[in-house]
Amino acid sequence: MKVIGKPRRRVDGRAKVTGQTRFADDIVLPRMAHCRLLRSPHPHAEIVSVDVSRAEKLPGVYLVLTGEAFPVSFGIMPVSQDEYPLARGKVRYVGDPVAAVIARDEQTCGEALDLIEVKYRPLATIASPAEALATAEPRIHDYGPQGNIHRLQAYEFGDVEEALARSDHVFEDVFFYEGNTHLAMEQHAAVAAPEGEGGVLLYSSTQNPHYLHRQLARVLALPASRVRVVAMPNGGGFGGKCDPANHEMVVAKAALMLGRPVKICLNREEVFYLHRGRHPVLMKFRTGVTKDGRLTGVHLQTLLDGGAYGSHGPASTFYTGVLTTTTYDLPRFKFEACRTFTNKPPCGPKRGHGTPQPRFGQEVQLDKIAERLGLDPAELRLRIVAKPDSLTANWLRIGSIGLAECIRRVVERSGWKNKFRKLPEGRGVGLACSAYMCGAGLPIYWNKMPHSGVQLLADRSGHVTAFCGATEIGQGSDDVLAAIVAEVLGIAPEDVRLLTGDTGLTPVDLGSYSSRVTVMMGNAAMRAAEQLKARIAEAASEQLGVAPHRVEFAAGRVFVAGDPSRAMAFREAVELAEAKFGTLGTVGSYSPPKPPGRYKGAGVGPSPAYSYTACVVEVEVDKATGWIAVHKVWIAHDIGRVINPVLARGQVVGSVYMGLAEALMEEQAFRRLPPKLSSALVHRIPSLLEYKSPTALDMPEVETIFVEDPDPNCPFGAKEVGQGPLLPVPPAVANAIYDAVGVRIDELPITPDKVLRALELKAQGKTPRVGPASFPAVPYPKPVVVPPPWEGGDGNEVKRHDAAAVV
Amino acid sequence: MNAAAEGAVRLRRKVQARLRVNGEEMEVSFASYKTLLEVLREDLGLTGTKHGCELGECGACAVLVDGEPQLSCLVLALECDGRSVETVEGLARGGELHPLQAAFADLGAAQCGYCTPGILMTAKALLEREPSPSRERIREAISGNLCRCTGYEQIYEAIEEAAKRMSGEPGTVRPSQGEGGRP
Repeated sequence: MKVIGKPRRRVDGRAKVTGQTRFADDIVLPRMAHCRLLRSPHPHAEIVSVDVSRAEKLPGVYLVLTGEAFPVSFGIMPVSQDEYPLARGKVRYVGDPVAAVIARDEQTCGEALDLIEVKYRPLATIASPAEALATAEPRIHDYGPQGNIHRLQAYEFGDVEEALARSDHVFEDVFFYEGNTHLAMEQHAAVAAPEGEGGVLLYSSTQNPHYLHRQLARVLALPASRVRVVAMPNGGGFGGKCDPANHEMVVAKAALMLGRPVKICLNREEVFYLHRGRHPVLMKFRTGVTKDGRLTGVHLQTLLDGGAYGSHGPASTFYTGVLTTTTYDLPRFKFEACRTFTNKPPCGPKRGHGTPQPRFGQEVQLDKIAERLGLDPAELRLRIVAKPDSLTANWLRIGSIGLAECIRRVVERSGWKNKFRKLPEGRGVGLACSAYMCGAGLPIYWNKMPHSGVQLLADRSGHVTAFCGATEIGQGSDDVLAAIVAEVLGIAPEDVRLLTGDTGLTPVDLGSYSSRVTVMMGNAAMRAAEQLKARIAEAASEQLGVAPHRVEFAAGRVFVAGDPSRAMAFREAVELAEAKFGTLGTVGSYSPPKPPGRYKGAGVGPSPAYSYTACVVEVEVDKATGWIAVHKVWIAHDIGRVINPVLARGQVVGSVYMGLAEALMEEQAFRRLPPKLSSALVHRIPSLLEYKSPTALDMPEVETIFVEDPDPNCPFGAKEVGQGPLLPVPPAVANAIYDAVGVRIDELPITPDKVLRALELKAQGKTPRVGPASFPAVPYPKPVVVPPPWEGGDGNEVKRHDAAAVV
Repeated sequence: MNAAAEGAVRLRRKVQARLRVNGEEMEVSFASYKTLLEVLREDLGLTGTKHGCELGECGACAVLVDGEPQLSCLVLALECDGRSVETVEGLARGGELHPLQAAFADLGAAQCGYCTPGILMTAKALLEREPSPSRERIREAISGNLCRCTGYEQIYEAIEEAAKRMSGEPGTVRPSQGEGGRP
């Protein structure tokens, strides 16, 4: 291959280092007005009245909007359409948008916001999942199974209690993973402008222009054909730009009402309120094992703090369980999950979406199991790695799996065998593994259309233009698209012009989420490119005097196989094809395989392929201060096939960085204001200075290893690399700390104070562990019972104890 | 007119400054409250300089003022009267990328590219002071620039590579093949 697998400057590299890349806030349009939002100072309150009359009179103010302007709700998931662009009737967290001012400049907007008078009647605040479970009234929302519970799910794949009863050991552990936020360096921005007859064009820093397009049409009550969304290159996404957002709806409406462009750019404090980040999750694992370390069954219970709105919550809730089965042989699995509403910024998808939390619990528990059984944790995992081309207990189809090789490589490169339980006191190594999806098997809204489409146009200039709805968020989706088209057509990636992320001009791609772009857009691009190649080959074959199947494409030439002297330039071949066939355009589209599971809820978890990762972390713990220094990280990722090694490595190291950040410092935490203020539940400190994230000085060396086990469902065999490598990092850190100083910290982030507390317990002869003490009673419904594939059945549920099992 | 309204008018009254921006002398008039960041982006159309907080916490807006890295969100534009300002737009010479830009593009130091202009300017100031800095010095120099994508590793490597190319030493990493590899 000429392009795939070769280190290259990314096709948008020059633009990114010269300041030419245009982000949403870089757009300036003639007559453009500016917008700012008024946000709630109360965590939970009824809105008694909103008086905008003084704000409207301020010179330079063009428009003031309130919830009255927006009667239609929205939300990314069809089952959770629970947000309004501006609050109607009540506010649900500090930061909930209440009103909007559109004015000649941001300064005037700010002055006008101060003139809006809102009267609130405060309601009791629901601050935590425990409070949500205990509080029937007031309800944050008037939907959901009961009180302040948003979602309840329960599934049983085989009789887990029976499996645990005949196990040699049963391990029961409770873990907590604190919430954290994406912290993309670019603050969300959007510019809306009127377009055509009554239509609107929205430029936005969004990862999912297609879903935003649908939600905008709904909220604005416009035909979707009159709404166009252009996803600008995102200044980092990480899941934080997946949800359609209030501010996008507001500027679109304002542009239509004013007949002029309107821009908004959130400030950093507002980005913390928009959030949609990692859910705080409390979880309990009960795991049965044989004395030689084979798993017999897992009973997993999770409890999510969802914040004030649904967001991706129903999917997030599933993801705290469904991928538990994909790494190791697991004959039986029971999974119960609950998402609660609380009066905090809404949680949603962040890199790994719902899966880093249970992965942390599962991999730390495996470390405990290995120790009890006297097994090396790497050896234990190698014995139980899931089989390729197999089904899991919950009916997910696994294709290629390079996990065993990943484990062997990090063990070898890290010198694991000479370090584990052998380093001096205070130093230690830890190992963990993980799996992730290469794209969600089902779209967010039910439909039978393709998940990704690519359209190619070739003309006599010799240039090929690729149109695709995929969104460049920094991960390199544009580069993947160019590379795949170029490889098939034998041209340079720079000879592929790209037009991406524009719902008015490009075929639908569902968006940059769930690590789906390389596989889905890539497959669609291959199909379109193969067709284009066939047409060009047919025309060229006449001139070359051979059968079309003997025409080859490479290095910008089209030639006879085995006789490169009989050749023409790619451009000449395109001319012949354009003469023969007329204008040259082809399309390719991709839909993932039908998931094997047939029970209700089987749609979350299936994927065309799964990536696998193994990681070793070496730490040093200062016993006097509790300070944890990470010395080095070795990480091996089963990527199927590397498309551009420069970008792939960047995704791995970036994932390690974000995993370390979540393991050691980041937390989206809350506090109560003093009673003399309002006692309101507020974000602890919504600033980049106080939200601790790693700097260049905190980042250790990372050794990245790629394992290439090409997957037949993927373009050139390439699997995902953007999210999976984050997953094993936090548990590997926790396991390394145990190796270093013999204490278990069963909750993230692992901060020095927790280490010191555990060391103190150890010194007192108590259990040297810091973490949640117990798991509360949650009113899970009776489970949906689905036999695993090896216990018969066809992937359907066999009986429903309770019609409310999936709510 | 009440006091608040008078204040608002005063705030918007334009002032004039003479700046040397990327080597070009220019007169700019702007509202007196504006930061250098705002004047660059809004009044001069130099949107290559980014913002991540406007509170001096992230480093995305770093530019060089008289050769020194400064957070342009914390500098009043008026303070720059008569001074020289360099931004990412001034790095390349015509169509030829600065060695730092070429190395960043070749070695994956820019993913989303949002923190990149600030880091490029910070690195330029570093290399002008210390033509061949150690890895540790590079880490210190850019520790005020937050990057969420890269985990910093490819940024260190790109700065080291640029230092080599600038000192005339052949780089250890070849510029990549194909059109995109041309500096």
